[in-house]
Amino acid sequence: MFETIFGIHERALYAAADRVGVLAANIANADTPNFKARDFDFKAVLAGETADGGLPMTRTNAGHIALAPDTSLSGELKYRVPFQPSLDGNTVETPVESAQFAENAIRYQTSLDAISRKVSLLSLAIAGQ
Amino acid sequence: MSLLQVFDVASSAVNAESMRINVTASNLANAESLAPSEQAAYHARHPVFATQLKQFSSDPSLDETAVGVRVLGIVQSQATPLKRYQPDHPLADANGYVYGSNVNPVEELTNMISASRSYQGNVEVMTTARDLMIKTLSLGH
Repeated sequence: MFETIFGIHERALYAAADRVGVLAANIANADTPNFKARDFDFKAVLAGETADGGLPMTRTNAGHIALAPDTSLSGELKYRVPFQPSLDGNTVETPVESAQFAENAIRYQTSLDAISRKVSLLSLAIAGQ
Repeated sequence: MSLLQVFDVASSAVNAESMRINVTASNLANAESLAPSEQAAYHARHPVFATQLKQFSSDPSLDETAVGVRVLGIVQSQATPLKRYQPDHPLADANGYVYGSNVNPVEELTNMISASRSYQGNVEVMTTARDLMIKTLSLGH
């Protein structure tokens, strides 16, 4: 029961926390020549997290090794396509990154809020009053 | 990657940008400096930024998504310094010339604006990361 208690919000929180770091790195390197801005495809990451991963493998022999559950985020880092090219080869566009950063912070807080509500609901159920 | 690494990344950028502002201040301060020879004249300095990759960093906890920025070095402008004929000047050479700096004030001021904006952006990142962490810490209260 307790593995799925927070539903999608737990994974969404991890994804948003990872993305904060990637976007912070982009903003930090806004003036670095030849730096290429990167980002996760948030929707794809979350879709990868919620999908049950296709068909499970069956262990037909005692010697087969059981697959460990995958805890890493399934999305890979992609490079951002800039709206305008720059002379120094840098593809960071600070307004874009700032907007994405603000949006991601909201996503993080939304997930956190949902988890927080679940926790208070559970403590209400435990205390019974 | 943990939210704590955001502070490492953003502070490396704040450090680099503050060095850029420092160098700009030095250039603007010396824009009117005079010297007795072309070699001794003040040459404008500019920092070169590079990505702080994991393999060059001593911190093993940095993962590949956490890339900060570092100042690779300072380069001096190779533009020809301004030469002025002022034989009565105490720094004048045998031919009566004094040499000014090769600082371009327009370039310096735009650099300063750019550095100041980037600095503010990174401070904003740190503030947001701090708020998120404080909210996470008070989870369930």
